Amino acid sequence: MTGIQMKQVAKNYGKKEILKSLDFELQPGKIYGLLGRNGAGKSTLLNLLANRIFPTSGEILVDDQNVIDNAQALGKIYLMSEKNLYPASQSLEQLLRGTKLLYGKFNFQLAYDLAGEFELSLQQKFSKLSTGYRSIFKLIAALATPAQYLLLDEPTLGLDAHHRNLVYQAIMDDYLENHRTVVIATHLIDEIANLMEHVLIIDRGKLILDGETEDILANAHLVVGPAKDVAKYTAGFNIIGREALGRITGYYIYGPLDDQRILPDTVSIEQTDLQKLFIYLTNNQGGIGK
Amino acid sequence: MQFNFNSTEPIYLQVAEQITEAIFARLYVAGDQVPSTTEVSKKFHINPATILKGMNLLVAQGLIEKRRGIGMFVTADAYQKIVKDRKNEFYDQKIIGIVREAKKLGIAQAELINLIERGFSN
Repeated sequence: MTGIQMKQVAKNYGKKEILKSLDFELQPGKIYGLLGRNGAGKSTLLNLLANRIFPTSGEILVDDQNVIDNAQALGKIYLMSEKNLYPASQSLEQLLRGTKLLYGKFNFQLAYDLAGEFELSLQQKFSKLSTGYRSIFKLIAALATPAQYLLLDEPTLGLDAHHRNLVYQAIMDDYLENHRTVVIATHLIDEIANLMEHVLIIDRGKLILDGETEDILANAHLVVGPAKDVAKYTAGFNIIGREALGRITGYYIYGPLDDQRILPDTVSIEQTDLQKLFIYLTNNQGGIGK
Repeated sequence: MQFNFNSTEPIYLQVAEQITEAIFARLYVAGDQVPSTTEVSKKFHINPATILKGMNLLVAQGLIEKRRGIGMFVTADAYQKIVKDRKNEFYDQKIIGIVREAKKLGIAQAELINLIERGFSN
């Protein structure tokens, strides 16, 4: 079986549970969005996938092989992490050559082209780069590797809107050409909402949502109208959030609506976007289920 | 094509609508090739699977057809089909909506007919 399987993977630091029994699958050739609030466990999850840390329990399989200390499996994965692990004394050019040594192949032409587009000189040292240019360099290194699984942790950290746009362009161009599996962990949900085919949301160490973007959006509704009518219409639905302005109330619903139920003239149903859904699913009172 | 996407309607529907709109506006006529999934995906940073879903919807509606290995092309009767669909929708969506709004505004039937006549003479 190709792809990555996470089987009841948990990670503790001391007594603190960072990730609680995660079970999911990354299918080959899809773009995934990994969403979660600060401290939800996104980076821990990506570090586990890349075997930079070990799970406390459970198993991670890459194309059917356990990832732990497995050079062959790890050669298929590239993690662009938030942490900066590069030696300070080397130039960016030298760092790219080092990456080639690790992965066997390396697309230098792509790296030079992207560096040109982002106006990044490869003669500089990594330690001299701004936060934004560090992100850019790390992304360039990731895209130029032959890894079949690209894990991108905050690829747009510190970037302005123009450079973020170039980043999404570079990711999309690569995807259309190579059809790799890409996992993007980010806080900028709106910006990658159309990019990702599949959404994973983790909240306080638990996977609370795992589905195709289209299916998830088709189940996310905002019901608006006078408070009494909205409450009556939505009774029994999975209400994840409420907003009110004067006498008008909006209920956020995640899950199916009832086609048999008659919609009063005063009430309207709109689709919610992913960002709003995320906010209500990961706030402290809400959550899926009742 | 404007491709001014909003975030509250499924993207694949918006893709289908925008291409339909472009055929209706005669930007693409029968036999013309419409932009490929890859082109649209690249240009707007939208997942190709989403674009393909929109394209397949248009194929199912008979507005475009796939020519293997080449791309998607506008069908011979695409324009006529769109006009026919839109005429049907015109009563269901527009006329009903206008009458409902007129009632809310206290505009009587005769007055509404007058307004429509005024619209035609402008």
